[in-house]
Amino acid sequence: MVYGVLRLINFANSEVFMIGTFTTLYIETNVLGYTNLSKSIHGAKLWGSLLLALVASMLVSAVVAVIVELVAYRRLRAKGANRLASLISAIGVSIVLFEAMGIVTGSRPKSAPRLLDKWSFGSIGGADFRIDTMLTIIIPIVIFFILNRFVTNTRLGKSIRAVSMSEENSKLMGINIDRVITLTFIIGGLTTGAAAFLFMTVYENTVFNIGFNIGIAAFTAAVLGGIGNLKGAFYGGIALGLMEQFASAVIGSQWKAVTVFIVLVVVLLFKPNGLFGEAVQQTRT
Amino acid sequence: MMANLKNLNLRDFGADIWAGWNRASRVAFVLFFIALIALLPFAPSFGLTSFLNTPIASYIDVLVFPVGMFVLMALGLNIVVGKSGLLDLGYVAFFAIGAYSQAILSTLYGWNTWTVLPVGMGLAMISGVILGLPALRLRGDYLAIITLGFGEIVRIIAVNISITGGPNGLPGIPNPPDVLGVKFDLMHSRNFFYLVLILILLTIWMVRRFTIRRPGRAWEAIRQDEDVASLMGVNTLVYKLWSFVIGAAVGGAAGVVYASKIMVISPDMFKFEVSILILACVVFGGIGNIWGVILGAAVLAYIPERIRFLTEARQLVFGVVLIIMMNLRPDGLLPRKKREKITEKGAK
Repeated sequence: MVYGVLRLINFANSEVFMIGTFTTLYIETNVLGYTNLSKSIHGAKLWGSLLLALVASMLVSAVVAVIVELVAYRRLRAKGANRLASLISAIGVSIVLFEAMGIVTGSRPKSAPRLLDKWSFGSIGGADFRIDTMLTIIIPIVIFFILNRFVTNTRLGKSIRAVSMSEENSKLMGINIDRVITLTFIIGGLTTGAAAFLFMTVYENTVFNIGFNIGIAAFTAAVLGGIGNLKGAFYGGIALGLMEQFASAVIGSQWKAVTVFIVLVVVLLFKPNGLFGEAVQQTRT
Repeated sequence: MMANLKNLNLRDFGADIWAGWNRASRVAFVLFFIALIALLPFAPSFGLTSFLNTPIASYIDVLVFPVGMFVLMALGLNIVVGKSGLLDLGYVAFFAIGAYSQAILSTLYGWNTWTVLPVGMGLAMISGVILGLPALRLRGDYLAIITLGFGEIVRIIAVNISITGGPNGLPGIPNPPDVLGVKFDLMHSRNFFYLVLILILLTIWMVRRFTIRRPGRAWEAIRQDEDVASLMGVNTLVYKLWSFVIGAAVGGAAGVVYASKIMVISPDMFKFEVSILILACVVFGGIGNIWGVILGAAVLAYIPERIRFLTEARQLVFGVVLIIMMNLRPDGLLPRKKREKITEKGAK
């Protein structure tokens, strides 16, 4: 998640996720014509369909993310408004997207066809290694490595980091801030789209207000790992997921959110910049 | 007057007129204004103002909740977000604590609203300290996520323990008892409006007192630059805690009154969305400026009720209004002055 670069909570990101799940659904049912009854497919056709859904979900999410940037953030940034104003206008965009989708889908949950026959690779130590869960492990790792390389090594990646450190100074250094921020939103959209695709593959259903809890979880993960730190967000996400599962198993699933937040408070008390520190040290007040 | 929407600073415009008046005309104006507000419940019965009437919900009930309640809570949150610049995303927690203390104490122990009111405020303040002591050491987004988490924790606890009635909530909360023959029940919603109005006026008075004295100066310093404030000898943690606790007390009071008006509460009423909506009221109206916050809260609470006839598209329109207004006036409807006249007022 590329929250950190902008130094603000992008509330609309959760709606980008929601739209990503619906895109995956739309591609699988309406474009490729699968239904719940159709037989499982194999081989190249299967991977082709999945890839198409993945790419479509990523692209649409990126487009939505850019629209969010244009509508909610750009004008306010040009006027030098404070962070809270952009926060509220992002919430406005979020409400619009979510209500529009609610009207389109009639506020009913939709389920996606099961394309992937969820065969298991066998189990190690009582844990099942299913193909869909393997995908959700592999794809984020791949994305993480690509992003990490991109941000640390390429010219654009460097300008993103520069903007996150200081907008004014990067402007002085001749960086086109609007372009960099739009790019950040595109990357964020692509990543979110991929996450939405994976979510659909594993859980197979979605509803118009799904984005909200996911968005909070993503934000928590980013904070846990350290805002603006890709590595932190990656490990923070893993830690958060593990913690939720253990908490559900040990003290009951209704208390999992409470446990997660208490752990978060304790972590932040001892490591006020998150587990892996902020990418940028104290540039803002 | 609204012709030049972008450049006109209504607050400064008003402040200039205000500064030219003597004490008598100021008092007269304030009384006139309060009287005007007090007449609001009667507005739909006159031809000119009948457009204010809400299509589906009862107009007077709308004035109490959401309008009155939102104004009260936005004023409370404004102390935290506007005065001392702390981003609190879990303000609904204090509202919930107030509402649940009213619900539990009145249904199980037979307390009445007036005795619960200070207790509910006290409980909200204590929870503000419990949350504030660890959370206020953090800054910015970290504080935001902790407060957000706190709001959710309060709601989840309310869902999962038995004394709060779990997910079904608590029914049968009694209305407040009569005061000097003034009844508070379903047939007398108007009196609830006046009750909320009194609370709002008390809050405004309290906030203004604080603002021009030492805590207000400390909050302003913290908001502008916490490090510098701390170097200048302001005990930042203590003053941040104070702003948190006072905000919490206002939220708790709102919760107590709300519970005794609505008579049944459930955890669903205290979702994260409410915190966000109240924050939206504060930012929409103009962070830190009492009048802006009141106007923002009144408008944002009122619009969804007024356009209820749009049914499904209602929230959609609401979102569009938020985007457009934030783009047109990024500092809110009535922005605060760039420099508050603190020294001038403090010297008097």
